[in-house]
Parts: sequence; structure tokens; C-alpha cells
Amino acid sequence: MRIGIVCPYTWDVPGGVQVHIRDLTEALMEEGHHVSVIAPAADNAPLPPYVTSAGRAVPVPFNGSVARLSFGFLSANRVRRWVREGAFDVLHVHEPAIPSLGLLACWVARGPIVATFHASYGNSRSLSVTASVLMSALEKITGRIAVSDAARKTLVEFMGGDAVLIPNGVTVGRYAEGEPLPGWDQGEVIGFLGRMDEPRKGLPVLLEAFVLLAAERPALRLLLAGPGDAAEVLERIPAALHDRIGLLGMVSEEDKVRAYHTVDVFCAPNLGGESFGIVLTEAMSAGAAILASDIPAFRKVLDDGQAGALFETGNATSLARRAAELLDDPVRRATLSQEARAAVQKYDWSTVARDVLRVYETVASPAGVEEDAEDAEGAGNDEGTVASRSLAEGNDTL
Amino acid sequence: MTTTLILVVGAIVVLCAVYISWRAGRLDRLHIRLELARESLDAALVRRTAVSLELAASRLLDPATSLVLAAAAHEARTAGPEEREHAESDLSRTLRAVVDQERFGDRLADTAAGSDLLEELGAAVAKVLYSRRFYNNAVGVTRAAQRRWLARTLRLAGHTEYPGFFEIDDAPPKALAAE
Repeated sequence: MRIGIVCPYTWDVPGGVQVHIRDLTEALMEEGHHVSVIAPAADNAPLPPYVTSAGRAVPVPFNGSVARLSFGFLSANRVRRWVREGAFDVLHVHEPAIPSLGLLACWVARGPIVATFHASYGNSRSLSVTASVLMSALEKITGRIAVSDAARKTLVEFMGGDAVLIPNGVTVGRYAEGEPLPGWDQGEVIGFLGRMDEPRKGLPVLLEAFVLLAAERPALRLLLAGPGDAAEVLERIPAALHDRIGLLGMVSEEDKVRAYHTVDVFCAPNLGGESFGIVLTEAMSAGAAILASDIPAFRKVLDDGQAGALFETGNATSLARRAAELLDDPVRRATLSQEARAAVQKYDWSTVARDVLRVYETVASPAGVEEDAEDAEGAGNDEGTVASRSLAEGNDTL
Repeated sequence: MTTTLILVVGAIVVLCAVYISWRAGRLDRLHIRLELARESLDAALVRRTAVSLELAASRLLDPATSLVLAAAAHEARTAGPEEREHAESDLSRTLRAVVDQERFGDRLADTAAGSDLLEELGAAVAKVLYSRRFYNNAVGVTRAAQRRWLARTLRLAGHTEYPGFFEIDDAPPKALAAE
């Protein structure tokens, strides 16, 4: 199958949507499909061979923050030419309600168009004004995918109709192997990964439990990875225990994998709001023994506790008790690890890509994707490069 | 002797009264000027938002540009007093990003409606720039007058608020810049 994928955000800037597209593309190519991606990119950014640049994105205020987006006739013409030359069977746009390449692709093309909605943007009140323009472009979408229940819910409220739910995948193989971090191979280690200052990630519950445990277990240490204020974390811990806390801050992809392989117990103490436990599936891919709060999303991913232990959400005593049980029982940890590696297979990108492919097959038509002649006025005259804009990058704040 | 004293004191009192009433009258005039400047600034901002929305809804643009512009204009229109300066600055930045796209002007000039809108937008953007400058001038003068010893002691400004400057980024798109 010839598949064209449209990425709305700058390719060389890390982000959830970009990673999603990269992993999906590589999984589809693995299956022998021809995939081409178009994305905004900096002029000299190194791009994988399957990515076509649509030129630089422009920083512009949108929905309360400054986003880097690709819009305008020039970008539209680049997408148009890519559509024409790609001769795709299916066009797969991402985030088509964001004013960037996804929306432009819907505008310039027609035929089988699949759209994936990632974020929930229910509070975007401005849509009513351009609703007619937006709608005529979005109405060309033949198949809709939401990556989470939250995204699906806002999609239903905003556009009506329904979408298929296909969650993010995880590239299991990328996490399977990893050396423990140096200096952390002794004693017992409980690990946490996520934003430390985001209350819903539940770090305070884990810290409270750690203080309870640390008194009885002199060899126990805590490894925390993720952005946030270190001082704020240490404030919650008696000074005597500070040298038993490791704060890694933001970690590279590689160190993240190593962190999963370092810990004896990986803890996900989230209080709720997690539509899909991406961190959990990564830890499962690495074969970590997992202890997670009993929120519905985690219970589901962990097969009702088969692939990882659960504790009462928000309850530090419950967390401490379960953690102690796991730390004392290496056999159970090994079983959980094995179960986790098996259970995560259904979240592997190869599985997820197969579901996406089924959506493609459902909407595909013999004619394939064509350029929409109705808007074809400017086709072909896009030889110029995108000159630097008047909006300097340092100009984002007053 | 006492008659002379009474006359002198009387003359001083009269002179003081005249002076104070003259100062009060000046302050009053400044307040009126400030109010008018404020109204004209408000009108200019509303006008700019309206033209932006009209352009966004005109179908002369690609949908992504329309959406970016409509979102910013909508934010500016609905912003409360606290967020207003921020929202208007965002609209200025958005207008720069939109209008300074390559060949944006040529595109719009292709149609009569487009060139009219572009003309209108240019005027609206310039009037924001002017009216804000005039308003801030009026604020400066009024503040200085209100701060004077006499005005403060005798509360000549009455209950009028100490006026604040209106600080936004209103730099126009290069393609529309007048100065």
C-alpha cells in the first residue's frame, strides 16, 4: 500500500505526535508498505529518507501558548505537490483541527483520508468563526482515529460522529535491553518516571511511602527521573534520607531505558487522569516489576494485576506494604517481569500498526488520493523558499 | 489699617481660589481628553479585531491561516480587562505571521474583496498604533497633573482613577508598515 502521512509539527523537535508518526511509519515499512511523511522541518535538519520537508514552521500564538505551525498558501502548495507526486492509496493526516499541515492536506487532497486526533482541544472556542472553512476541509476525512478516550470524547463533542480508538503503541524492542545505571546496582531500588511537579502523577504518595519503608530497609533507595523542582521533592523527605534519593531530572531516551533496567520495583503512583499509561508500557517492555496505582487505565494495561502489582490509589501505606512484599520476593518479581513482557506485546507498534492498516483498508478506494482540483489555483508556483519571517524566535514574550 | 489688611487677605484668598479652580479645570480637561483617547483606542482595537475576523472568514485564505487568525482575533475580542494587553499583543504577532507570508499581498490583491480587506486591515493596524500612542501621551500628562502637590492635597482629581498606560506589542506586519 502507498501511504502518505502528514505531520503537523516540526519533525526535528521532540514531541508526542512526532514520535507516534515515526514509530507508526517504521512499523508500516517493516510490513513492506511504501510510506512517505511530510512535516515542517528546519532548513538543515537531518531527516530520515521517508520524510519530505514542508519548510520551516512559524511560531504563532495559538490556544494560549506559542506554537510552531505551518500554514499559508506556500505550505499548502508543498503539500499539494507531495500529494500529486506521491500517488497515495491512503492519506493519513494527524491533528487536522490544528492550523498546520494536517488541515492543509485535507484542503488540497481528496479521496481516502484517515485522520488521527491526539489531543483534546475542547476549549478551542474560536472554531465557530472559521467553522465553515474548517468543516469543509474536515468533512473530507473518511476515517477517524482517536488515540485516547479523552481525544475521542472531545472529537465527538466538537464534530459529532464517532472515531475508532487506537491507542499509542510502544516499540517494545527499543526497551528490551539496557545496562543498569552506574552506582545503582547495589541494594534495593524503587523507581519513578514522570513530571515531579504534576500532582496527578502522584509522586508525593510515593515519597510518603518511601519514608515509611526507609526506616526498616537501610539498603532501599529511590530513583526519580523526570522534569521538576528537586528542592521541592527533597523538602518532603527528612534530611537524613536525602542521600538515598537519586534525582536524574530530564533523561535521554537511552538513560530512560537504563533506568527501567536499574530498578527492582518500578512505581507508577498516578492519582488519575492518565488516559493511557505510556510510561507503564515502556516499563513493561523493559521487563520491570511494576507496582502501579489501581486506576482503571493501569488496571487494564496490567491485565488486572497479572502483569504488575496494584495498590490502593493515593494510599501511601498500601503502596509501602505492596512494595515491601515485592522487594522481599524475587520470584514474584521475576514472574511479574515475564508477565509484563508478554502482556505488552499487544501494545507493540507492530500490533497497533496492524489496526491502523485495517482502518486504511476500510476506507481505501480504487481511485486513491487525488489533488482536489477545486482549490488547485496556485499549484506549481511554489519554487521559492520560505524566507525568514518577521517573527523572530526571541519575540515570543513581551 | 485693618481695612487694608482685610483687602490684602481678601485679594490673596480670591487669587488662590482662582488659581485652584484653574488647576481643577485643567485637570478636568485632561480627564476628558484621556477619556476620549481611551474611547478611540478601544474603537481602534475593536476595528482591528473585526477586520481580522472578516479576513479569516473570507475564504480568501487557506484554512490553516484562517484558523490561526480567527483564534487570535477571538481571544482578543473576548479577553477580560486583565488579559487584554496580552491578547491584543498576540493578535499583533499573529497578524505579522499571517500577513508577512511570502506573496500574501499579491494573493489577496488578485480579488477585489481581497484588496479591499487588505486595505482595511492596513488602516486598522495603523490606527491601533496611533491611538495607543495618543492614549499613552494623555495618560502621561494626566498622571503628572494628578501627582502634583496641590492636586493631591485638595483631591482635585476626585474619584478619578490614577490612569494606567496601555502596553502592547503593536508592531505592524512589514507589508503593512506605514512608518
